[in-house]
Amino acid sequence: MKAIKAALQHSLAWPALTLVLLIVLDVAHRADFLAITMLDGHLFGAPIDILNRAAPLVIVSLGMTLVIATRGIDISVGAVVAIAGAAAATILADAPSQVLLAVGAALAVGLAAGVWNGLLVAFVGMQPIIATLILMVAGRGVAQLLTGGQIIPIGAPGYLVLGGGFLARLPCAVWAAMAVTAATAILMSRTALGLFIRAIGVNPVATRLVGLRASAIVFSVYVFSGLTAAIAGVLMSSNVRSADGNNAGLLLELDAILAVTLGGTSLTGGKFSLAGTVLGALIIQTLTYTTYSIGVPPEATLVVKAIVVLLVSVIQSATARAFVVRHVRRALAFAQTKPVSEAAK
Amino acid sequence: MSDSPILETVGISKTFPGVKALQGVDFRLFPGEIHTLMGQNGAGKSTLINVLTGVHAYDAGEIRLGGQPVQFDTPLEAEAAGIRTLYQEVNLCPNLSVAENVFAGRHLKRRGAIDWKTIHARAEAALAELNVSLDVTRSLDAYPIAVQQMVAIARAVSVDARVLILDEPTSSLDDGEVARLFDVLRKLKQSGIGILFVTHFLEQTYAVSDRITVMRNGEREGEYLAKDLPVEELVAKMVGHARMTERLKRAATEAPTPVDAAPPLFEMRGVGRRGLMNPIDLDVRPGQILGLAGLLGSGRTETAKLLFGAEKSDAGTMLAGTKRVKMRSPHDAVRHGIGYCPEDRKKEGIVADLSIRENIVFALQARRGWWRAISKAKQREMADEYIKMLGIKARDAETPIGLLSGGNQQKALLARWLATEPKMLILDEPTRGIDVAAKFEIMDRVLALCAKGLGMLFISSEVSEVVRVSHRIAVLRDRRKVAEVAGNAVTEDQVYQLIAGGEQ
Repeated sequence: MKAIKAALQHSLAWPALTLVLLIVLDVAHRADFLAITMLDGHLFGAPIDILNRAAPLVIVSLGMTLVIATRGIDISVGAVVAIAGAAAATILADAPSQVLLAVGAALAVGLAAGVWNGLLVAFVGMQPIIATLILMVAGRGVAQLLTGGQIIPIGAPGYLVLGGGFLARLPCAVWAAMAVTAATAILMSRTALGLFIRAIGVNPVATRLVGLRASAIVFSVYVFSGLTAAIAGVLMSSNVRSADGNNAGLLLELDAILAVTLGGTSLTGGKFSLAGTVLGALIIQTLTYTTYSIGVPPEATLVVKAIVVLLVSVIQSATARAFVVRHVRRALAFAQTKPVSEAAK
Repeated sequence: MSDSPILETVGISKTFPGVKALQGVDFRLFPGEIHTLMGQNGAGKSTLINVLTGVHAYDAGEIRLGGQPVQFDTPLEAEAAGIRTLYQEVNLCPNLSVAENVFAGRHLKRRGAIDWKTIHARAEAALAELNVSLDVTRSLDAYPIAVQQMVAIARAVSVDARVLILDEPTSSLDDGEVARLFDVLRKLKQSGIGILFVTHFLEQTYAVSDRITVMRNGEREGEYLAKDLPVEELVAKMVGHARMTERLKRAATEAPTPVDAAPPLFEMRGVGRRGLMNPIDLDVRPGQILGLAGLLGSGRTETAKLLFGAEKSDAGTMLAGTKRVKMRSPHDAVRHGIGYCPEDRKKEGIVADLSIRENIVFALQARRGWWRAISKAKQREMADEYIKMLGIKARDAETPIGLLSGGNQQKALLARWLATEPKMLILDEPTRGIDVAAKFEIMDRVLALCAKGLGMLFISSEVSEVVRVSHRIAVLRDRRKVAEVAGNAVTEDQVYQLIAGGEQ
């Protein structure tokens, strides 16, 4: 009992439980949901598919986590995904063999976008939501300029491997997500960045007064967010074999913010959990998969998704939990009124 | 005064993670009395109030209101039962009218619309009860804090109040306003309301209290009639054992080291900023404490912030040793070996959600930069060392610093700067809101550090404290320095005269 209580108080308990429940639901619906088969030396199966599709969201959400931890927000990530894809596609259209150059250009564009956001937030002092709103809107325009308003098909085989190919039995995108997760985790735990980011989120004034150059840190989290969005942009454009300035990464920023929140990181900044964010992104992707697989009509998918998200958020809210605990306790106290008062004597 | 208590707790216990905040506390409040709750910080006063008003749930015990067991799960339930609370800060809406504030949330209606006429009349009547007459249609912020407090009281007692709880209501009032508040309380008490009053001020306690309950370490030390408890005894009961340390006694009596013995560590020459602080000359020497004395708003904190680079100066020069330096930001100051414990510990000092360990290594890590991380093992070692050295009371180094009492937070902040091995420390009100025992303890540590060659700029609104520890005292008035005197050559009264505008 005590162990269960302690486990439930762990910050990852609720997102993990949600994910498990979703998987249970899937297994109940289709017994072979968890089955993974080997085909042509690659792993196939629903879990692999979910991981593969969740990979770009995981990557973007990691960047978003750090931004949110500094009390910020980056709503331009969807647009950056589109620009990065467009940049790569434009280069590949002229020179299909220049895969490295294309990826490099995409990442450079993402970095530039992050630098722009970071400058506006950290040094100009704009509100993060406004600063990144600019790029959210303008970024789509830039992407459309790059693609000439068209959907540019991508045919370069080397590039298509990134989002659609396999490496050592697993999809390349899953490897990419694991690599970014590991790199971020190491950066946060092996350097002092994790401490600084949390401190900025909890108390920016105190952070300045210990002589920390907080603006440099804030700047760099936006740059990081731009980079992660660009990586996601490469994976996504490769996966759909095209760059679409209009629709690539559309509303991805909202999914990313949701993944961060589901993972237990508060939008008010401060403490953050990378593992929670990864779980959050997996929840979102599994939920999408589940609604399709159990046959929720497509027009109702978004409503079902919204209801589940609402439930999870309510469960995670401390206020809601306190409310439930209070009423349960009161009910128990009522049931035990007599024995307790006798025991007191 | 009647025989049976209106509000009573029996064996109330409350535990927070790692802290027993209340242990079996019995407390009685009788109708028609003013009962003061006394105790040091962390004694459990606030927790008891929070339990009584439904803010916190308690673990064991019973609350009785008018003899009946009650349980409040929310402050609203306590309020509905007639327990009204006034917190330290006035919790009203300054932009609304006085009448709206008195009746906020229970607007009287007539035929579906708000009945302003009746509301205004009743608000006026409620205030008249307290001998206050105001234009109730004016917005609240048109009146001074003291009047706002009266409005808050009027709001609290206007409907079926049985108990009024005042949590340090006087901390932002001047003497005249306090006297007026007390008149109101005496009037209220005659109407049979039980008043529970929490304060740090001893004189005020004796000015209004009928009865005093002393809390210590989460337990009730005792309940006394105010007239039977001399003030010295009250202090002894609150503090337990704390006494001035030998070092503090010596500092108060011994001659300080000669002022010019060592060259200054840091010097401000005509440093100031328009609109913030007039140009000021100060120098801080190794092993010496330079005290800043002055009233609130005289420029004490501003001087500290200019020196630390937290405010940019637009005049004068700064010297570190003999070298001219620029203090453009705290980053520069820290690099030159200055540490700053700010006045507002909660807002500017602690990073509440982070652990004691992280708070202690924070400044050192900030100076090393993000790349050269201090290893976890080393961090733990440092934290444990300072926790032991400064006597920080906490379960372990991983406790969030926000859960500590004010005195322990202050010690942790001190540790944060000591870890950077600074040349000089700025302590801005290091003992504010800290109980007597911790205060002496902190000042004792400060003196010990100073003896080892650390320079110190010491700011306190308690002149007696400044006089007691400082080698030299700079007196500020109206944002300029008006005098500098040797620490033990003056008395408290002389410093007060300088502050007030007398000649040296």
